[in-house]
Amino acid sequence: MSVRRLNEEQPSEFAFTPENLSWAEGQIAKYPEGRQASAIIPLLWQAQKQAGGWLPEPAIRHIADMLDMPYIRALEVATFYTMFNLSPVGEHFVQLCGTTPCWLRGADELKDVCRKMIGEQGEITEDGKLSWLEVECLGACVNAPMVQINDDFYEDLTAKKFEQILNDLRQGNEVATGPQNSRRASEPEGGLTVLKGDK
Amino acid sequence: MSDNLKVTVDGIEVEVEAGTTIMQACEKAGAEIPRFCYHERLSVAGNCRMCLVEVENAPKPVASCAMPVAPDMVVSTTSDTVKTAREGVMEFLLINHPLDCPICDQGGECDLQDQALGFGGDASRFEDNKRAVENKNMGPLVKTIMTRCIHCTRCVRFAQEVSGVPEIGAIGRGEDMEITTYLEASLDSEMSGNVIDLCPVGALTSRPYAFTARPWELRKTETIDVMDALGSNIRVDMRGREAMRIMPRNHDDVNEEWLSDKSRFVWDGLNKQRLDRAFIRRDGKLVPASWDEAFDLVESKLNGKGNKTAAIAGDLVCAEGQFALKGLMDALESPHVDCRQDGAKISGPRGNYLFNASIAGIEEAGALLLIGSNPRLEAPVLNARIRKRYLAGDFPIAAIGEATNLTYETEFIGAGADTLADLLAGKQSFADTLKSAANPMIIVGQGALTRDDGAAVLASAIELAEKTGASFNMLHTAAARVAGLDLGLLPGDGGFDVAAMQEAAHSGALENIILYGADEIAGASLGNAFVVYIGSHGDRGAHRADVILPSAAYTEKQATYVNTEGRAQMTEQAATPPGEAREDWKIFRALSARLDITLPYDNLNALRAAMYESAPHLARLDEIVVADAPQTPSHDGLGTDAFTYAVSDFYFTNPIARASTIMADCAKAKGARIGAEGTGTDG
Repeated sequence: MSVRRLNEEQPSEFAFTPENLSWAEGQIAKYPEGRQASAIIPLLWQAQKQAGGWLPEPAIRHIADMLDMPYIRALEVATFYTMFNLSPVGEHFVQLCGTTPCWLRGADELKDVCRKMIGEQGEITEDGKLSWLEVECLGACVNAPMVQINDDFYEDLTAKKFEQILNDLRQGNEVATGPQNSRRASEPEGGLTVLKGDK
Repeated sequence: MSDNLKVTVDGIEVEVEAGTTIMQACEKAGAEIPRFCYHERLSVAGNCRMCLVEVENAPKPVASCAMPVAPDMVVSTTSDTVKTAREGVMEFLLINHPLDCPICDQGGECDLQDQALGFGGDASRFEDNKRAVENKNMGPLVKTIMTRCIHCTRCVRFAQEVSGVPEIGAIGRGEDMEITTYLEASLDSEMSGNVIDLCPVGALTSRPYAFTARPWELRKTETIDVMDALGSNIRVDMRGREAMRIMPRNHDDVNEEWLSDKSRFVWDGLNKQRLDRAFIRRDGKLVPASWDEAFDLVESKLNGKGNKTAAIAGDLVCAEGQFALKGLMDALESPHVDCRQDGAKISGPRGNYLFNASIAGIEEAGALLLIGSNPRLEAPVLNARIRKRYLAGDFPIAAIGEATNLTYETEFIGAGADTLADLLAGKQSFADTLKSAANPMIIVGQGALTRDDGAAVLASAIELAEKTGASFNMLHTAAARVAGLDLGLLPGDGGFDVAAMQEAAHSGALENIILYGADEIAGASLGNAFVVYIGSHGDRGAHRADVILPSAAYTEKQATYVNTEGRAQMTEQAATPPGEAREDWKIFRALSARLDITLPYDNLNALRAAMYESAPHLARLDEIVVADAPQTPSHDGLGTDAFTYAVSDFYFTNPIARASTIMADCAKAKGARIGAEGTGTDG
């Protein structure tokens, strides 16, 4: 992880859509009067979703105002959690796990694919479809190596498979989520090795 | 179980209250605990880990600042474990600290430096590159060198808790945590300078003082501040004749250890725009003159014109000078004396114009009503005290005046005098709140008293205080005022007050006006009168003057000031007055000799003896002499106009502040902020 800064270019304003606003009000209502600040993370998350995967600065202020918090307190939260992207991301935002199990299972090759197809970390492709970031463990080590694209995990990847997925996403084709080597969830590769019946 | 617990620290048994922290118990036992993040006036953070001590039966060293004592606890602050723990913490703190002490302004007064020497190891085992952090803008007062930051978060807590302007925060996390303001806006607090004192390292330092001096080459004089009527205790650091900086001193009953930005950074004003010799006006121009020439001219105008001469005492002048001025005017047989240059309609016994509940008394108050007072600008440190009481909880605060952010929750119940009338008539429910609270307080600001119906406001406020059982408190804005009122610098029989003096100057009823440090009066309003200005700075008064007699500023004389709660305190001389300027009382004494009405004292001691005779409480330094109960003065009835506050331009309230370029920079930064907010592009 490195120092995270707000993006230089920012939209001039941010406001929740009516649906998101009523959703946000529902979240705020979960907390007792005077404790609205507790709703900061869900609201920032919803704002990030609405803004296309990243959190613009006016959104931070907008939410701080909604929750009656000083702006700096909201900024502290937004910069603390790496799940909040402070700069724009591609339509399909790839979070590539580079922690030890994935790395041992070939995460470096996946990174090469990203560099080849997208560019360096944080860069967005010209068509705005893809961008990527190396992240720490996403908790799917049994299916290493893996990436998370938007809300979905893509596991048991090979460089070739990964390239195919990125291509399909870019062209808007349907892509299967989860393990990519035909196993189900985290069952053993090549079929069961135990619990096969009486033997 | 009794409330007191026995704790053993390094073999010494001490008895402490339940809820005390181990650190406090250790201090009681005389053991020194190093610390960075802990500060007794801020909440406990417990993040620096420097205060680790060993507690018997605890599996590992504990942070003593955050751990309450338990019965029969046995604490060691000197064991090998503690020594190793401190060395370890210090080694980690220094991993990312640049060790640029030779070029750091904190050098010589740095907690990290001192504690590394006292408790650190001898070498670091860290061989990688150190972290570097971008500096942040925090405005014209606070300079940041963020690589030096050790993340104690004292500044964050101060901004949130004491100043009530939560603008500093810690963004990012772990090694990348950075202290900043939102989008690097300059701090919008009147007390921001205090973060410089709080910072235990050189990350937040004084921008105006940067690279100008080292602490060990400064001559330190402990004195009293006059920028507001609080009488904050300060230390002026001088190099040669030049003031280099001003720091707060601790006084629990006055300023605790805080200081407002104006008091702290006004020092460059002491070195600028100074009147260092006498001037007289010739052909419409002020030209330098000798004392003799100046006195000749004053003598020729004043001789035999005693009753056509008036005197106004200003905001920053001392008790001694005012006493000598009063003596001079009495000898001239002129009743036209006034120390209320703002025109505040103050009269009556001493209780009518004091902050009777005392500043520390705010902490015992149960409810507060502000009448035409904006303490945030009129006395920021006092405002911090109100906020402290507010944070303790259960403290309803209401205000009459224009709604503004006072840093605590305030119910603005009305804009003007009619609301005050409603309160008196029982038509406003806050009167009941006051009545039912313990130790309720009413604070009246100068803005409510300078109006035409000022006397009525004063009377109504006193009446309301009597009716509700509240203490009556007046918040002054001028350091000189209480002493002036104590010494009776008020119009005598048939005497003019400030407003009447201005009319009389136009009509010719007054021919001479002595302005003693009075700079808040528009020059044109003095008509064709012959104006003698006695003061330290070339400001409004001097521009209008026909004769200027240069006097000493507050750091250049040993003089008495009485603060808004009636506490007499004495300044110490940090420097001699510049050039030919003289101490104020000497000028009046010399002038009286010229006019053949020689005042009966030849030295400061004799003057003080005479002054103490007329106002004995001035001799009781640093004491509050309980004043007579307030009495409602006569008046012509309340008006309905909205109150305006006495201070709108916080950074420019007096001649010294107006001479200061630092204050000008602050005002500019503030202006930029307001402008930005106006366009909606600011954070």
